[in-house]
Amino acid sequence: MSLADAPPRGPLTGRPYQVSTVRHQTHDIVTIDVRPEQEPIAFQPGQFDMVYVYGVGEAAISISSDPATPGLLSHTIRAVGWVTKALNDLQPGATIGIRGPYGRPWPLDEAAGRDLVIVAGGIGMAPVRPAIAYALRERERFGRVVLLVGARSPRDLVFRDDLERWDADRSIDVHTTVDSAVRGWSGRVGVVTKLIPRVPFDPENAVVLVCGPEVMMRFSAQSLLARGVPAERIFVTLERNMKCGVGTCGHCQLGPLFLCRDGPVFAWPEVADLMEIREL
Amino acid sequence: MDGAQLADPVVIAVDELGTLIGTLRGDGYRVIGPTVRDGSILHGELHELSDLPRGWTDEQAPGTYRLQRRDDEALFGYAVGPSSPKRELFPPRQRLWTATSDGDASFHVTQERHESARIAFLGVRGCELAAIAVQDRVFLQGAYQDEVYVAHRSDVLLIAVECGSPAGTCFCASMGTGPGVTEGADLVLTELLDGEHRFLARAVTEAGAELLAALERGEPTHHDITAREQVIATATAGMGRELDTDGLHDLLLGNLEHPRWDDIADRCLACTNCTLVCPTCFCTTVEDTTDLTGANAFRDRRWDSCFGLEFSHAGPASVRSSTKARYRQWMTHKLATWIDQFGTSGCVGCGRCITWCPVGIDITVEADAIRRASDPGAT
Ligand code: SF4
Ligand code: SF4
Ligand code: FES
Repeated sequence: MSLADAPPRGPLTGRPYQVSTVRHQTHDIVTIDVRPEQEPIAFQPGQFDMVYVYGVGEAAISISSDPATPGLLSHTIRAVGWVTKALNDLQPGATIGIRGPYGRPWPLDEAAGRDLVIVAGGIGMAPVRPAIAYALRERERFGRVVLLVGARSPRDLVFRDDLERWDADRSIDVHTTVDSAVRGWSGRVGVVTKLIPRVPFDPENAVVLVCGPEVMMRFSAQSLLARGVPAERIFVTLERNMKCGVGTCGHCQLGPLFLCRDGPVFAWPEVADLMEIREL
Repeated sequence: MDGAQLADPVVIAVDELGTLIGTLRGDGYRVIGPTVRDGSILHGELHELSDLPRGWTDEQAPGTYRLQRRDDEALFGYAVGPSSPKRELFPPRQRLWTATSDGDASFHVTQERHESARIAFLGVRGCELAAIAVQDRVFLQGAYQDEVYVAHRSDVLLIAVECGSPAGTCFCASMGTGPGVTEGADLVLTELLDGEHRFLARAVTEAGAELLAALERGEPTHHDITAREQVIATATAGMGRELDTDGLHDLLLGNLEHPRWDDIADRCLACTNCTLVCPTCFCTTVEDTTDLTGANAFRDRRWDSCFGLEFSHAGPASVRSSTKARYRQWMTHKLATWIDQFGTSGCVGCGRCITWCPVGIDITVEADAIRRASDPGAT
């Protein structure tokens, strides 16, 4: 890696980083760590990077590590296309290209002095994990911190060790559920949105971060609104095809929004109507 | 550039245009302008006056384009062809960078250097100037400046020619981008065909004034001035199409589930022609390849189209899998959400998408259909 003599880089040119650890989290989800000592990437919870596999291509990937340790940068990836499959097959020692961070982060300052509720489905844990890390470190800034986690089955749960650690820690209220149980699962069964009416937090004084499949986010928003959370304090993070990350390739549009530039995090009123329209 | 005052007009003889081309070439500019090629008016390099399409005009209608002889010697007696300055300023394919393997599972990246090219566009129309201004907003006025666009755009001269012969698919008058030109160019010419064949010329920028200063110029008569006004008035009255933009943004975004979208989808082939000829469309995709040995990997960027199924591919499927959704995306982007994003319409009324649509789908007709069907009182 010759970084010293690298020519000036524009926003579309990534930088090579060596992969230090590869953690296989489920059959199709992997977390890849790099340790950018020389060129740490400062980011805020909820932002994403464009991650490149040599000769294969690039994909937009949420940053899933703790923003307080920029010397350890993690990306959590589900294998769905060429690039993400190639990322799932990487070995430690491989080099990937990274450019970023991009996008509007979670509004954690807005949650200060309020209850912070986080609803994550499946790989939706990835973009909220930095927010949880932040909330744990700045615990006294928030009222209750509640995490609702759902996955299709126990084997689809990501960051299980974290969930256990946070649960044991007790400074955060963790509720985990799976859509369908298997033998050996003693936890809750049912979709994560069903937990929303029951868990203790103050709806009128909470900020809620939601990340998961679009249907799950729509149902979550409905339950949260029904419970009395003001719409403008519900935040979701959206996903689309992204080629540039900087608002010029046009791929990530949703109505007037460029998800890469205006999002990926949005307050519910910004996207509620747009999400109602099929194939928009 | 914008907002500059038009200097007092002067009159130049037709042959002076040849001198102008020579001067520009002598100054190291590639002069790009209209030429006749493959049965249409296409942008090409101009070496001399005779490269311009003398005595030609175009007949354009939905799905139809035909060159025809004029009964005069007009050099600019036609509207826009399928190509636009976009091809030069934001080329269809661009290398972004090359990654070179260091052999030990690592690589380094070398960004492509984009040399800035001196380009003088001759014969740019009002709609095309407006389209350049739109792309300037997209590529220069956001949080990041696009390096490729910057390189191609930074040393450009724009010599406009006001339109005297709009085509059957033109509607620049509705979009406020033509046929007359008041801003966005360095020099504005109007071809006058009554009596002696001549041009009225007005410098807009200092660069334009310098170009004029090198030519033989005459004082315009009162008749020359009114002749120009007549050209613009005739062209304005001769627009082949019209688009009512009043409230169009809200109208379209309020009708995202309108049955007309299904009707269009029955006709649209999703061929992507409309996006490729549109002078403002800016969407791109990237392609990653390696050489045979794998020692070098390349990243290229190329024009893309929202009509492609791959365009909205996310996760396992496309968000916009139906043609209906893709046409709706295109048209609402052009006429509505573009305004939210960039403070300007994405349509300049050039009519290319209408002419070059193989099945003649007409953006003005479709917008009008939605307006009529949503407001029964409309006539
Ligand atoms: S949408 Fe059609 S008429 Fe409007 S600028 Fe593009 S090609 Fe021209
Ligand atoms: S509107 Fe016409 S030009 Fe555009 S994609 Fe459809 S068939 Fe092709
Ligand atoms: S990813 Fe290119 S515009 Fe958003």
